[in-house]
Amino acid sequence: MTEKYNMPDARGHFGVYGGIFVAETLMPAIEELNTAYQHYMQDPDFIAELDKDLQYYVGRPSPLYHAERWSQELGGAQIYLKREDLNHTGSHKINNTVGQALLAKRMGKTRIIAETGAGQHGVATATVAARLGLECVVYMGAVDVARQSLNVYRMKLLGAKVVAVESGSKTLKDALNEALRDWVTNIDNTFYIIGTVAGPHPYPAMVRDFQAILGRESRAQCLEQAGKLPDVLVACVGGGSNAMGLFYPFIDDVNVKLIGVEAAGDGVETGRHSAPLCAGRPGVLHGNRTYLMSDDDGEIIETHSISAGLDYPGVGPEHAWLKDSGRAQYVNITDDEALGGFYALTRMEGIIPALESSHAMAYILKLAPTMKKDEIIIVNLSGRGDKDMQTMAKREGIEL
Amino acid sequence: MSRLAATFAELAQKNRKALIPFVTAGDPNPQFTVPLMHAMVGAGVDIIELGVPFSDPMADGPVIQRASERALAHHQSLRTTLAIATEFRKTNGHTPIVIMGYLNPVEAMGYEKFADAVQAAGIDGVLTVDLPPEEAQECTALLKSRGVDPIFLLAPNSSAERIATMDTIGAGYLYYVSLKGVTGAGHLNAADVETKLAEIRENTKLPIAVGFGVKDAQTAKTIANLGDGVVVGSALISQIEANLHSPSQAKEAIIDLLTAMRQAMDN
Repeated sequence: MTEKYNMPDARGHFGVYGGIFVAETLMPAIEELNTAYQHYMQDPDFIAELDKDLQYYVGRPSPLYHAERWSQELGGAQIYLKREDLNHTGSHKINNTVGQALLAKRMGKTRIIAETGAGQHGVATATVAARLGLECVVYMGAVDVARQSLNVYRMKLLGAKVVAVESGSKTLKDALNEALRDWVTNIDNTFYIIGTVAGPHPYPAMVRDFQAILGRESRAQCLEQAGKLPDVLVACVGGGSNAMGLFYPFIDDVNVKLIGVEAAGDGVETGRHSAPLCAGRPGVLHGNRTYLMSDDDGEIIETHSISAGLDYPGVGPEHAWLKDSGRAQYVNITDDEALGGFYALTRMEGIIPALESSHAMAYILKLAPTMKKDEIIIVNLSGRGDKDMQTMAKREGIEL
Repeated sequence: MSRLAATFAELAQKNRKALIPFVTAGDPNPQFTVPLMHAMVGAGVDIIELGVPFSDPMADGPVIQRASERALAHHQSLRTTLAIATEFRKTNGHTPIVIMGYLNPVEAMGYEKFADAVQAAGIDGVLTVDLPPEEAQECTALLKSRGVDPIFLLAPNSSAERIATMDTIGAGYLYYVSLKGVTGAGHLNAADVETKLAEIRENTKLPIAVGFGVKDAQTAKTIANLGDGVVVGSALISQIEANLHSPSQAKEAIIDLLTAMRQAMDN
């Protein structure tokens, strides 16, 4: 790569991926958003307000932590954890919701809507809506409402209305459909905060840009602590926002390997998984062209993962581009393997990761021992595991 | 001249407006649709919009979502929807058929294969809800070269510039969505529709069909006084849903409603 990376193009294309694939009724809202986003990202006043909130409200910068005991135990590469679990609300999701909510405020919108899977994005959205005094409605699949009841309660405490979506597979994709329906109906006063690097342009680029702070910090912190750039970056990929935030500032550093970890559910070979990059095909859903899990007729297939946040049939279009161009590689981790990652980090470092992040940790168990002791992996610890205590206890046969 | 253009030209000559029913192919079962299409022609409809079921119908309200789910339960797909059109064409060579759906099934089939299949099935127009003109060049070129009209949506908030774009890239007719929202929602405001249609007509000579919010004979008549065609969808599908125990009663109820609309529009 000799030229500096500058995706996407003006209409949101990452090669053949991305773009704007929505009904005409949404086009004016998307154009309005794109204009505002392009404007405010160049506005020093807006950037200063955002930086201030990230520092004093979110708690940035998050530490880059050298997991020495775990590194020694695995006997290979030095493992550094980017501690997004320490952010206010417990995951990287708030980096983006703070940014989009400030944008909503500048655009004069009074009502915020969001979709959520595990509830982390819903909580992060309800949080900033509460702080800015904006009405907030969160759409969540009925299946996810049941398995993430703690986060549902948190959102309600924060004053959000949580709507359980009963259509389709009753998970994240259906919550997204319902949020899009709400948006098209209430376009004049409503801002839709999408939680991942998917959706119609400008969302994939905008969410990436708001999340890229974690990658920029990681880069500077690694140079400061280790005196060099990392050899490998690892992050879990559902929609792909925590991975994109980490990868983006390193794309031009061609010697840094980028590895995204998808959820293999019961195993990719069983068909019961959420790994479109590893086992899907290109198509169009939720406003962009990307890799999808769909059948021969183009109908979307139901996905499976122990982690609600990775249970999504699509993936951000920039990941599709990074895969095809060979710049990043994508692997997958089963539910059972993810549990191994969950227990390993908990027992080795005293840090309980979210089940989403546990997929990345599980891949570290495979990768680190194959590398040299002077090599460095940065793995994104995108969220903390508090929300998953019920799921984990249930698996262990314990009643809480 | 395409079958759609000829239909609108003939209606204009008779000073009549097009009645355009929308039904989801394969709802409530695959055997229901072809006989229903023939019966609707008998009730005086001019063009038939056939919905292609999709797992994630983002622009549709609950009524059409459930229609999609019922059809998908019978494995209705883009391919079997084309087969329904082929079957209909065996005994009806004049009523235009427009298929309406989402892009992913088309992407899965491939644009060129899709255009060939649509032409072979005797389909006259294709409306792809989530394919705006900016992304549509390749697909519309393939359709137009086969004599199939690409139909585009217009919304209450579409700018004059976008209307002009639709005029260039679209053919057959333009479909004006009279409400901000999803299918089956709310009540339409005739004065708002009239104002917007005047603006649209300044930017296009294409016929304009109006839909979203057409519920009964009265709203059909109101819209017929403004647009060139009236699209009715959710109100028909509600009849299917109310008569799931008896598809023959569902068909009867649909025909009764369309007959009442036709009469109201013509008087």
